[in-house]
Amino acid sequence: MSLAHRIIPCLDTDGERVVKGVNFVNLRDAGDPAALAARYNIEGADELVVLDIAASRDHRPTFLETIRRVAAELAIPLTAGGGVANVDEGRAILRAGADKLTVNTAAIRNPPLLSALAAEFGSQAVVLAIDAKRAGDRWEAFVRGGSVPTGIDAVAWARQGVDCGAGEILITSMDKDGTRSGFDCPLTAAISRAVSVPVIASGGADTPETFLEVFREGRADAALAASIFHDSIQGLGALKRYLGENGISVRQTG
Amino acid sequence: MNIALVEYGAGNLPSVERALSRLGVESRRASTPEALAGCDALILPGVGHFGALMRSLGERSLVKPLREAVSRGTPLLGICLGLQAMFATSDEAPGDAGLALFPQKVSALPPTDRLPHMGWNQLRRTRPSKLLEGVPQDAYFYFAHSYAALDAGEAGVAFCDHCASFVAVLEQGNIFATQFHPEKSGPVGAQILSNFVRQADGKG
Repeated sequence: MSLAHRIIPCLDTDGERVVKGVNFVNLRDAGDPAALAARYNIEGADELVVLDIAASRDHRPTFLETIRRVAAELAIPLTAGGGVANVDEGRAILRAGADKLTVNTAAIRNPPLLSALAAEFGSQAVVLAIDAKRAGDRWEAFVRGGSVPTGIDAVAWARQGVDCGAGEILITSMDKDGTRSGFDCPLTAAISRAVSVPVIASGGADTPETFLEVFREGRADAALAASIFHDSIQGLGALKRYLGENGISVRQTG
Repeated sequence: MNIALVEYGAGNLPSVERALSRLGVESRRASTPEALAGCDALILPGVGHFGALMRSLGERSLVKPLREAVSRGTPLLGICLGLQAMFATSDEAPGDAGLALFPQKVSALPPTDRLPHMGWNQLRRTRPSKLLEGVPQDAYFYFAHSYAALDAGEAGVAFCDHCASFVAVLEQGNIFATQFHPEKSGPVGAQILSNFVRQADGKG
């Protein structure tokens, strides 16, 4: 008996439709979030993440409606975020039906935001999302959807974020994102060793072997992927069977 | 049947409502002592902070009516923080009294593994359980917490191991509770809710 490693499909949206791109650019439409959510709920996803990557203030009501539509399809946990800058926006996302919220740019600019969110909703509801890119022998955190470098060390920031109240880290490798060349195991392992909270690895998912690697070498507690699931390149059931056969604890479904 | 979800300003009511609705069970929300008094079964959902939950219940004058409903035999299901609220005290808020349906306390899990305990885990069953009827032994349930009751005497019917052995399911008479979230635990979670509804309906 042990905690299962989680497989988490991610819906990147423009607030309303699922979009996808490579290295955060060249976005194209990939479907209706509620329809994909319903599919993943049945197929054995352990959790779902839905992000508003446009995160413009004008679109916020649309995104909240998207969260409501997605949550209505799920009997599994839902994490949502994108542009959350204060406690009220966090509350709106949780009230719309998310169980956890992600914060990124606003937390780097204002780390006490993490403490405020944790005090209000509990650490278990606060996921610190970090977009990181290799810079020599370390990784630099980027903000605003990966467009703005911060000069901040991603591993040190993860540690500080947890001290401030984050209950989970979602680490996205910008070098790997959208490349289908495997997760960034050294980055994920560095984050995982630095913090005491669960770590979700993101960016680069491809074959079942890449998931096995990120759970073994990357020491990830959960792995997130988008297009390989949206495009049915990889089925959730087959992926979990492979991981189970290779000694990774997973929740088998169906 | 008249099932009420205790509404106290926080918690996770819509997902529990949806999970019940998928079972064909209509529920309503109860946020006043009067509303609590007139129902056949109660569900106390919960996410967040032990102290905040107890203070919210106190501000709405719901503590005594909840305890009285339980004394009258009204079936009560506590979920996650709703389980923790049934105990006398919690390490999370040492100054705040719980509902004290059980004399033990809620403890901070020792940090021997990753915390919060976040994700899907299995149960170790120690006593016959009505909530777990028809649920496969190896089923996984969704947990998200850092505090837990390590002991509930005879009421602890299933345990989970993460950082420590803690109560995952408790049952005593008309009192039921789960540390995990049945409303987030897929088909096996739906089975748990269905089992509670059946108990509440007197068909158990």
